[in-house]
Amino acid sequence: MSALRVLALLPLLAALGGCNLVVMAPSGDIAAQQRDLIVISTVLMLLIIVPVMALTVFFAWRYRASNREATYKPDWNHSTGLELVIWAAPLLIIIALGALTWMGTHLLDPYRKLDRIAAGKPVPATTRPLEVEVVALDWKWLFIYPEQGIATVNELAAPVDRPIHFKLTASSVMNSFYIPALAGQIYTMPAMQTRLHAVINRPGRYQGFSANYSGAGFSGMRFSFLGMSEGDFEGWVAKARESEARLDRAAYLQLERPSENVAVQRFGATEPRLFDAIRNLCVQPGKMCMSEMMALDAKGGLGLAGLHTTLPLAYDKYSRRGGNQAPFGEEPRFIASICTVEEAKAMMAMAPPDTTPRDLTPIRGLGLTLPAMTPGSMTFAPMTPRRPQTFTELLGLARSSQS
Amino acid sequence: MTDASVATSPIFGKLSLAAFPIHEPILVATFAVVVLGGAAVVGALTYYRLWGWLWRDWLTSVDHKKIGIMYMILGLVMLLRGFADAVMMRIQQAIAFNGSEGYLNAHHYDQLFTVHGVIMIFFVAMPLVTGLMNYVVPLQIGARDVSFPFLNNFSFWMTTAGAVLVMISLFVGEFARTGWLAYPPLSGISYSPEVGVDYYIWALQIAGVGTTLSGINLICTIVKMRCPGMSLMKMPVFTWTSLCTNVLIVATFPVLTAVLALLTLDRYVGTNFFTNDFGGNPMMYVNLIWIWGHPEVYILILPAFGIFSEVVSTFSGKRLFGYTSMVYATVVITILSYLVWLHHFFTMGSGASVNSFFGITTMIISIPTGAKIFNWLFTMYRGRIRFELPMMWTIAFMLTFVIGGMTGVLLAVPPADFVLHNSLFLVAHFHNVIIGGVLYGLFAGMIYWWPKAFGFRLHPLLGHFSFWFWTLGFLFAFMPLYVLGLMGVTRRMRVFDDPSLQIWFIIAGFGAFLILLGIVSFIAQIAYSIWKRDELRDLTGDPWDGRTLEWATSSPPPAYNFAFTPVVHDNDAWTDMKRRGYVRPVDGFKPIHMPKNTPTGLVLAGISVALGFALIWHIWWLAAVSFAAILVVAIAHSFNYHRDFHIPAEEVVAAENARTRLLAGSGA
Repeated sequence: MSALRVLALLPLLAALGGCNLVVMAPSGDIAAQQRDLIVISTVLMLLIIVPVMALTVFFAWRYRASNREATYKPDWNHSTGLELVIWAAPLLIIIALGALTWMGTHLLDPYRKLDRIAAGKPVPATTRPLEVEVVALDWKWLFIYPEQGIATVNELAAPVDRPIHFKLTASSVMNSFYIPALAGQIYTMPAMQTRLHAVINRPGRYQGFSANYSGAGFSGMRFSFLGMSEGDFEGWVAKARESEARLDRAAYLQLERPSENVAVQRFGATEPRLFDAIRNLCVQPGKMCMSEMMALDAKGGLGLAGLHTTLPLAYDKYSRRGGNQAPFGEEPRFIASICTVEEAKAMMAMAPPDTTPRDLTPIRGLGLTLPAMTPGSMTFAPMTPRRPQTFTELLGLARSSQS
Repeated sequence: MTDASVATSPIFGKLSLAAFPIHEPILVATFAVVVLGGAAVVGALTYYRLWGWLWRDWLTSVDHKKIGIMYMILGLVMLLRGFADAVMMRIQQAIAFNGSEGYLNAHHYDQLFTVHGVIMIFFVAMPLVTGLMNYVVPLQIGARDVSFPFLNNFSFWMTTAGAVLVMISLFVGEFARTGWLAYPPLSGISYSPEVGVDYYIWALQIAGVGTTLSGINLICTIVKMRCPGMSLMKMPVFTWTSLCTNVLIVATFPVLTAVLALLTLDRYVGTNFFTNDFGGNPMMYVNLIWIWGHPEVYILILPAFGIFSEVVSTFSGKRLFGYTSMVYATVVITILSYLVWLHHFFTMGSGASVNSFFGITTMIISIPTGAKIFNWLFTMYRGRIRFELPMMWTIAFMLTFVIGGMTGVLLAVPPADFVLHNSLFLVAHFHNVIIGGVLYGLFAGMIYWWPKAFGFRLHPLLGHFSFWFWTLGFLFAFMPLYVLGLMGVTRRMRVFDDPSLQIWFIIAGFGAFLILLGIVSFIAQIAYSIWKRDELRDLTGDPWDGRTLEWATSSPPPAYNFAFTPVVHDNDAWTDMKRRGYVRPVDGFKPIHMPKNTPTGLVLAGISVALGFALIWHIWWLAAVSFAAILVVAIAHSFNYHRDFHIPAEEVVAAENARTRLLAGSGA
């Protein structure tokens, strides 16, 4: 049985020589350290796996029914000493592995700034990391170099031995940014930002791709990662700068649309802070940035009025791939204007009397203070906060605040 | 695919002729095969006048044994479907090189890997595991049925209803294209506006009702219906692992139900639990689904561990080594399985301390699991091992599962996971533990308990073919995936551009072919054994020299399982009884109180399929009508007072006397 097993593995081992085990032989220091952890952990575990497999085969053979020489003890079922060993041996290995895990996880945390370029080579004090902003689009990769003011699609480059700091997000669904030769993967998620610190130690052209399925064009979400000398990298940047194309909001919205197997593109200039707008879902004009919304909410929110202003917050809820929407969902709305108490009173006076609400105090975040900021063209009349007392009151007022 | 302008008809909802894939030759051919096969079955049932038998003895049966067997049939039929999907993926990945797009477009391929995962977990592994528990647990604890026999029938039919919905999606509309856990935002209405995700949701919700109720039923059965003398620490290990599994089911399936309900609200009502905008948080879905999803893998593996314990002990002719530590290991695994879910997404940006916490808890699970392996090992030590098929599957399990366990612990080291997550290494790992653990266990269990269920053994020769094809096929299919993972190849890819990878995919495809031969041999083994059943007949009811109570009764057991409820004094109750010269009682039989068959479960599940279909296609009138119908039928059933009957003493006497004669004839 086990002999057959080994035989079955032999052709695989022979073939292994001819293939590129990039995870086992990476070109970046982070990936190399991750590889080391894989090797050490595997060896640690083999300490127990190999004896178990050997014992299984040995016991199966030794105590086969036809072997009448072997001792047979049908009622032997307990041995405290053996039980101790059984539980202690895996425990010891897990303690060792656990310690290794704790250290390794903290040292190789993708959010942690690099302190070395390679074993024994600390990052020079003067070196600043190369900043790259990564956006996973449907279905291609956008790389923005904020310092260089350029952007590329499906081609990433970095000078060797210079730490790279990636900030990553996505435009639509989850993807995972993965260059096996450089470092482990990190997810890119819409409306969220992840980070990755890495360094490439050898020049070359490496494969990068999305490791998390994201829809129809997923297989073609590949890009090249170029490790270059400092001089070559300058040349690469200069070449991108020569490009006429400019990545402004309009160009981004065009680029963001779904497309598959996209060729390399270069943008000679980029709009500043575009990445922040992408991450905050507000590249499209007229959209409220999530950061703004959070700032508003931190100050008490827009209250019931805010509840009725959904259009500036809508990003992909109402249309994206295909354009269907929830059958019982609400349509997006916004408040065109908010009137003063006097205006509202005048308006209500003209309305039939039974629709006049009992109280004209506008509703805001329940019991919260008035928002200090006045977003956009909306104006707020100063009022004393008051909780609505009944549900009809709440609804009546809600209607009156929409004109 | 679907255009926003597709009108929703008041009668047919979103359903239109365009939903029928008449332009897909693969699907049309499959449909033709299904129709022909269905026609053959219907024809045979009619020709041999078996409809009444099928209805009375099987479909409406509340007998846990019959329901158990029906679960097994469901699982094996769905295995064929899930495996066909796997083969299609293997072929696509083996040929989509050098600019070739392969033979599957993204729309088809993306459904394939989703449906393969969903079917294999929910409609193959779950029914097979539940089926074995259903069949064996009441017998092992000396009970006459489960606590709630009708509920058991209802659970089975709800599981089947879920499977039916998945099968309908093959020919009407499409299945999800999201991966088997349907992460939002991809599974949200914005990015999956078609019906695929709705099929996914409702198939799982309906099957989930069955699974949860069956979990409650089995917990209650094990806790309340053990025969006199069987204290918890005298329960057979399979019963123990079943108890833990069902505790896990009852504790985790509500989480799945809830998270799918939230996704449903997002898709139907326009809420924002998991959307990108309006403050939705897709990470919440990922957390919740894995809080169900991780215990789920232990739901599958624990009963398999139980099977191995029974098999090792029986075929080594020896008491299980370290019963107590085995039980505690099971319980510890049960608890720890709730503390590890985050290891499925180390790469989503959690902090180092969070990642290492979940990494280390994951590794800790390997301690009780390791203890179990050692316990099986030392059960073999100084035993007399008979290499019958169940034992061979067990040894193959011990040798392959430790590799899967090792790669699993490796994946639990977060920095290693950063380079291995989503890779084919991961795919190889979980197939290594699910095939090498769960499936090998199920094969061992099916062959082990087959004579109990049908009164004759499975013919071993074809079983050996099946075993070797599966084992070699598994190695050929998944060892290359480990290698590919280390080459930085990730999962769910449809086309490749690096030609050096192709050879590995071809080897994996060859492995899948061997597994196909393994499946064919297994079916042939069953068919051949049915044909030769008279030669393989077991009259004793105890063909393997078994150790637990299920072997104390006849094969197949009578409807009432035991004419007299056994009394237990020791672990391995049947061995103990045999040793102490147990004499089978031959008189003094009394009428036996039993539950009565009912078609309500089948009816309710049938209406649930209609409800699910209506919700998927937005056929609101049908949804309303079928929902009301479910309530009406359920309430009407609660007024049915004719739920039980007594098997008359004469019938019991006749059955037991027949057995006495058989035993005398067989010389036992």
